[in-house]
Amino acid sequence: MSADTHSAQTLDTLANPPVDGSELIRFDQVTKRFGDNTVLDRLDFSVDSGKHVTLIGPSGSGKTTILRLLMTLATPDEGTIWVGGDCLTHEERGGRLVRAGEKHVREVRKNIGMVFQQFNLFPNMKVLRNITEAPVTVLGLSRDEAEERARGLLELVGLGEHVDKYPTQLSGGQQQRVAIARALAMRPQVLLLDEVTSALDPELVAGVLDVLRDIARTTDITMLCVTHEMNFARDISDQVLMFDAGRVIESGPPEKIFSDPEQERTREFLSAVL
Amino acid sequence: MNWDWNVVNDFMPRFWDGVLVTVQALAVGSLIAFALGLVWALAQRSARVWVRWPVVAVTEFVRNTPLLVQLFFLFYVVPNFGPSMSPLATGIVGLGLHYSTYTAEVYRAGIDGVPAGQWEAATALSLPRGRTWRAVILPQAIRRVVPPLGNYVIAMLKDSPMIATIGAFDMLGEAQTFSNETFTTEALTVVGVAFIVIAYPASLLIRVLERRLVR
Amino acid sequence: MMSSEFFTIWFLPGVWITVQVTLYAAVLGAAVSFGIGLARDSRLWIVRFAAGAYFEVFRGMSALVLMFWMFFALPLFGWQLEPMWAGVSALGLTYGAYGSEIVRGSLAAVPTAQKEAGVALDFTRWQRLRLIELPQAWPDMVPPFNNLLIELLKGTALVSVITVADMTFAGNLLRLGTNQTTPIYTLLLALYFVLAFVITRGMRMLERRAKAGIGERPEKSGGIGAKTGARGDGPRAGSRSAGGVR
Repeated sequence: MSADTHSAQTLDTLANPPVDGSELIRFDQVTKRFGDNTVLDRLDFSVDSGKHVTLIGPSGSGKTTILRLLMTLATPDEGTIWVGGDCLTHEERGGRLVRAGEKHVREVRKNIGMVFQQFNLFPNMKVLRNITEAPVTVLGLSRDEAEERARGLLELVGLGEHVDKYPTQLSGGQQQRVAIARALAMRPQVLLLDEVTSALDPELVAGVLDVLRDIARTTDITMLCVTHEMNFARDISDQVLMFDAGRVIESGPPEKIFSDPEQERTREFLSAVL
Repeated sequence: MNWDWNVVNDFMPRFWDGVLVTVQALAVGSLIAFALGLVWALAQRSARVWVRWPVVAVTEFVRNTPLLVQLFFLFYVVPNFGPSMSPLATGIVGLGLHYSTYTAEVYRAGIDGVPAGQWEAATALSLPRGRTWRAVILPQAIRRVVPPLGNYVIAMLKDSPMIATIGAFDMLGEAQTFSNETFTTEALTVVGVAFIVIAYPASLLIRVLERRLVR
Repeated sequence: MMSSEFFTIWFLPGVWITVQVTLYAAVLGAAVSFGIGLARDSRLWIVRFAAGAYFEVFRGMSALVLMFWMFFALPLFGWQLEPMWAGVSALGLTYGAYGSEIVRGSLAAVPTAQKEAGVALDFTRWQRLRLIELPQAWPDMVPPFNNLLIELLKGTALVSVITVADMTFAGNLLRLGTNQTTPIYTLLLALYFVLAFVITRGMRMLERRAKAGIGERPEKSGGIGAKTGARGDGPRAGSRSAGGVR
């Protein structure tokens, strides 16, 4: 599939948040440790709405941790995280800032979607229900609405005829495309992509990346992407952040980072992976 | 409710008698279960169908029928054909036989858990069959086998009061006769508490063993 | 040989009583299994502690002693239970303790990634449990629950000791009346075996359906029993054998 085949109808299935270029995500002095190992060290960075940002860097440099913190799969040891003007990590109660409770977290988290390295489709649900379940139970859509939305998204990812299958009956690439549709069905403002092609057989990678390229091109969803696919990163990114040892050591537009990096460390990393 | 410590005091000597009988039944019953279970497990691996089949049938049958009825069978039916045994002896044989069908499964799983490569290595070294079993397979299987065997000893402890129904004077048997003679129920409560007091540390011990032995 | 009259008056109703006791105790046991199994992973420490204490106490308890106690001692506390309900309660409460370990173990075996996917879709804890964790853990629970159900069926024979007229009770009466011990107890054992067989068949069917429900094909397994674990008190009692996850 390609961008050209998009009709107004498929675009309509992705209600886009308004793009005003304002700041959507902010990390403020965020530190995360696992035991003695400091994975993120007083990290500051921000992402503007509608932007596609790719995080690169050697493994263990904390890229995935950033996505997990945003998805509240992990909590920071210090610092605050902001999404769309709301604080994800803390809330105000009685005039004081306290650790965010479940209810507050869910409210903010609603705006964030994630696609995992291992797809993590629910094996107990067929493809369609994998996509419709959260819109129905979390967003309160009717089954019909949710199914219509799901079918549109499945067309978009090129899997329209697989609605009635179980995830185990699909290839890895197909599963990952369903997972993308599942995340989009929640109409998130932010889409987190955690090494979404790393678990795929080489011949299946292109199909998944094509879908993501389309989404990047045709929607205004803010994307935060951890990947080892440098060509893909170059294609879709507005901004690339180079991570090392829990810090951003360099950032800039892809053409700059990939062709003329300033840091020696970035050069080394790129020459190793390209 | 009326709880009388004097009744408990009166019961205590007979309680300890009962504990002794329960411990005997458990100890000898376990030995029978461990030994007989190994026989079943090895027989079930036999290459000969006429060995394997009857053993599978018998163990499945014994495992899927109530120990209580088996005790009645041993106590009331077997003497018609064979030896007549005391209630305690019958109880011990019943417990041992019943639980041997469980330990057989434990051994089977333990033996199956030894990697196939170990058998192949033993063959490559031309070790004789008996030597392969004794020196290679069983020592490796034993670590997987000890914790579940321990669990079955605890299970057996909890089933041991059944031997009171054929007239053995274990903890429950003593409590029952004492209660009938004195029209009190404290003895039953004492025995109930005793089971928890014995079983809890025992199961903690097994959990420690499990952590130590399995990897 | 036993008279046909006796057979219809005592034995057949006895079979029915055995089936009833099994059924009622299974329902109670299932409620306890899920209640305690879930409570043992509660976020509130007090709930966790209470459920843990329940588990340790009832797992250490002999079902027969508990039954006796409920039948003879409980009335003195002002609680008079019908013999049958004393039996059902004692069985349900003790076997439920084992069952809670099955529930807990199978839930723990659901891959963390599945729970994380649920978080990413903004499900609540309860929604995750209901929509993701329980449905995925269920196929793994069925085989150990089958074993437990057969243990329970065998355990129902104990109710005869507190005068409930189940089939073992009928057998004992018949022995006292006729002295025909060999055919009586042989028949009795055979009947239990048949019931166990029926339960296993039923649970196999349930297992097949449960696995089809998560797009898995069930593997063939032999033997009516194949029942290690139900009595093996260890934390492994509910560990998964199929699925190969983690």
